[in-house]
Amino acid sequence: MEKETKAFQRVYTKLFQLTKATVSLKAKGIGNEELAIVDGRLAQVVKIMDDMVTLQIFGGTEGIATNAEVIFAGKAPSLKVGDDLAGRFFNAYGEPMEGGEIIGKEREIGGPSVNPVRRKQPSEFIPTGIAGIDLNNALVTGQKIPFFADPDQPFNQVMAMVALRAKADKIILAGMGLTRDDYLYFKNVFDNAGALDRIVGFINTTEEPPVERLLVPDMALAAAEYFAVEKNEKVLVLLTDMTLYSDALSIVSNRMDQIPSKDSMPGSLYSDLARLYEKAVQFPDGGSITIIAVTTLSGGDITHAVPDNTGYITEGQLFLRKDSDVGKVIVDPFRSLSRLKQLVIGKKTREDHPQVMNAAVRLYADAANAKTKQENGFDLTDYDERSLEFAKEYSRKLLAIDVNIDTNEMLETAYDLFSTYFKPEEVGLKQQFIEKYWKNKS
Amino acid sequence: MNTIGNVTGIIANLVIVETEGTTAQNEICFIKHGDTRLMAEVIKVVGNKSYIQVFESTRGLKVGTKVEFMGHMLEATLGPGILSKNFDGLQNDLHKMEGVFLKRGQYTDPIEMDKKYKYKVLAKQGDKVVAGSWLAEVEENWIPHKIMVPFTFKGEYTVKSIKGDGEYAPKETIAVLTDKDGKAYDVTMVQKWPVKVPIRAYTDKPRPFKILETGIRVMDTLNPIAEGGTGFIPGPFGSGKTVLQHNLSKNAEADLVIIAACGERANEVVEIFTEFPELDDPRTGRKLMERTTIIANTSNMPVAAREASVYTAMTIAEYYRAMGLKILLLADSTSRWAQALREMSNRMEELPGPDGFPMDLSAIIANFYSRAGFVYLPNGKSGSITFIGTVSPAGGNLKEPVTESTKKVARCFYALSQDRADSKRYPAIDPIDSYSKYLEYPEIAEYLNKTIDENWTASVFKAKDILLRGKEAYEQINILGDDGVPLEYHIRYWKSELIDFVILQQDAFDKIDASSSLDRQNFMLRRTLEITDMDFDFDSFEDVGLYFKRVINALKQMNYSVYESEEFDKNKKELHKVLKEQQEKKEATAEGSKEKEEVKA
Repeated sequence: MEKETKAFQRVYTKLFQLTKATVSLKAKGIGNEELAIVDGRLAQVVKIMDDMVTLQIFGGTEGIATNAEVIFAGKAPSLKVGDDLAGRFFNAYGEPMEGGEIIGKEREIGGPSVNPVRRKQPSEFIPTGIAGIDLNNALVTGQKIPFFADPDQPFNQVMAMVALRAKADKIILAGMGLTRDDYLYFKNVFDNAGALDRIVGFINTTEEPPVERLLVPDMALAAAEYFAVEKNEKVLVLLTDMTLYSDALSIVSNRMDQIPSKDSMPGSLYSDLARLYEKAVQFPDGGSITIIAVTTLSGGDITHAVPDNTGYITEGQLFLRKDSDVGKVIVDPFRSLSRLKQLVIGKKTREDHPQVMNAAVRLYADAANAKTKQENGFDLTDYDERSLEFAKEYSRKLLAIDVNIDTNEMLETAYDLFSTYFKPEEVGLKQQFIEKYWKNKS
Repeated sequence: MNTIGNVTGIIANLVIVETEGTTAQNEICFIKHGDTRLMAEVIKVVGNKSYIQVFESTRGLKVGTKVEFMGHMLEATLGPGILSKNFDGLQNDLHKMEGVFLKRGQYTDPIEMDKKYKYKVLAKQGDKVVAGSWLAEVEENWIPHKIMVPFTFKGEYTVKSIKGDGEYAPKETIAVLTDKDGKAYDVTMVQKWPVKVPIRAYTDKPRPFKILETGIRVMDTLNPIAEGGTGFIPGPFGSGKTVLQHNLSKNAEADLVIIAACGERANEVVEIFTEFPELDDPRTGRKLMERTTIIANTSNMPVAAREASVYTAMTIAEYYRAMGLKILLLADSTSRWAQALREMSNRMEELPGPDGFPMDLSAIIANFYSRAGFVYLPNGKSGSITFIGTVSPAGGNLKEPVTESTKKVARCFYALSQDRADSKRYPAIDPIDSYSKYLEYPEIAEYLNKTIDENWTASVFKAKDILLRGKEAYEQINILGDDGVPLEYHIRYWKSELIDFVILQQDAFDKIDASSSLDRQNFMLRRTLEITDMDFDFDSFEDVGLYFKRVINALKQMNYSVYESEEFDKNKKELHKVLKEQQEKKEATAEGSKEKEEVKA
């Protein structure tokens, strides 16, 4: 046990129990959630019973021997934060991937929550240029919203696009179970956009042990809090993919013999996810943390425990869908929802925004009904035919994810489409808006 | 002398403490972690080991740390100064906490012990009093806040002395009471009560016999909740639970509204914090916040305090009920509370019940709902707590333990439907799945028929019937196609749509439509049913929808205008015009067929 260590460190070399994710040993004076190094791997205390301490090994326990060296760090996991973080990529432990040190001070990760009476009501619109988002599901600073997407959908691409256009002071990417290809994609996109100095990345790729992922969002959010609280910056945090994060939670809870609840997820899944998502906040001093996440679905099933709990926590969700009529990926206007949009649309954007949004979605719904009629072999009315035509153009010019125009242009485009296919009374806008904005194209 | 113990085990927020003295179930204790004291509650005792749930993060906690047991359960502090406050689940005043982030171990006073209140004496020397008797009242916002004999006092007492009118602070002794043995007790404006024990300072708790007006048509008209009644709102995410709750708290005819934000989104609580101080209370013209108290334990705050938050809210409601007030208590969401129970049960390695919830979940929920009710106080006056809880069923599936346990005890069921929410039919309360057991109470039916309209309940059941028949017709139309069914089916469907659009749907964001008085609801229901009673004559199914859309539009415009205003009458006339058209057309057709018959003859 003779080894040169710092004064507060205690070293042990006799493990009592080993499982795939945890080790237990006899040790004294250990704090809950304290960090340790077991055989060179990072670990954290998850349970203490008298002098028996159980540690969760983030990197997995493969090859660890019962005489492995355990060094306790005497502190909870933390991240060194400072301006030095900007433009760099880190692993799950907060160590720079390209090597080197971070200059800054230590900040505890997974720290306390914001006092709800110290929060400010979110009120700042985040334009993205994507009409499926800005027009129908406007995002607001301090909001938390996930993409609910099947694994084959281009959610990472859309997210990167949103991040770059969002005019955030910092973009913090938390990659959990990211494929190496996707990691490099993000890096390239940000590099090409000349935005690397605004980016901070915490990355766990599929090449690395899954339990490591549990640290990633906490690291990213600790960095986000530093920039938002101490620098009053607008921070955008990208969490991809939260389903893989939840899988890691279930692995650990399983190894600790906890009774699983729905879909083999731990019973505390709701609290575990809420703890992260609720870090999204608008501070009174101008700083904010906005979270855009990805929750991959299996076969579009939103009743699975992960999307279900997420839906109860987040302020809406965005669905991507391939529209086979126009051959493009669109933001589904029916299933997508931004709960905070009411705080900005028609207030920070043009007055007629809410009405135009609702009218277009309603007409799109009429088109969907007409389509069902068509598929069932019923006759279509003239109105049905026109709404089907409208739906195609609406999909192509507004819902598609490759659209990049400002909000006023979106509204103008909507009026163009309305006047091409419908009479004003069929659209049902307020008279004053029709007089002001409706264009006669006859 | 308080019992002292030592920490011997830590699993997340479950801590095991070895003690030598006595400890009690639900006893409060403090862990001395460094400079801070972390509050915890005993939830199980085995031999000399007490299992405690800590209301804070246990990060850094070590085995061997000292724990002090306080000899009492988790208590609420009751006295003037509770209204308009934002508390956490343990009744800490959130505004008094320092810093942007919540610091663990920081506990703040729920009320201001030194603030002077204008005080008026109600009892006099020599009066015989019992627990809950009113001694005096002070002005708290606009509510006459009664100073009562502490609920912990058992038996009869005599007022030995009491302070006269003046200005006093909560901490001052305002009266001295003596028990039957002549022993004297000081009474201040403040008392403490264990939150998990119901306050029973009432003489009788009858079956609810009148309804609580909420201003929401789909509730008041179709499925009314009784004053002192219980109801619950299950619904998948995105079905408008929150908007509905906010609207209830704005418009319900209650003296006070207590909101337990239990494990939900922080931004939603912020919305209340931001908007309620600005919004006018439609009943008093004062600000909504003056009659509202919020217990906020948002989803990211410690889980164990989430469980405490609903009990704290209920205890505060019971305290004000004993003052003869009408309280509306809302808890959003009871599922998060149940999940907090599940997390603890899991950590204690108890054998799980369905879906991993503790076996006694049903009993816990039933006990909690039973604390609501209409009561008669010792002085003959009455008070009530109407309780509405939301449930967030996993995956929107109503066959899960929390929904099922709640369904057994809550008397009103407001089912939020995803389909209605998707088609923007708000409030998305499903008219067919929802129910109010109170409609079946003879005393409620009698009350409704007496206060609203003699045919009221009959009309309500008729409206429900039309909705059901409309739904059936709609299903037939969908299967057989528009042309494949008799025209009558289309009419039947559109009659139900009429009720749907005019009675069920209500715009929570419209100033006028957001709340509808019972008088107005009566008028609209009668008018609507008159129309559904009419016979119509159409040439084709397409005309049915087009025509009914015009009728609906006229009635909707009425919903949007001030009741009995000029505009309202104008829309009434418009409706009359639309209805007359059909009448004339029908007469013309009848004329035509008569002629034909004559020709035949």
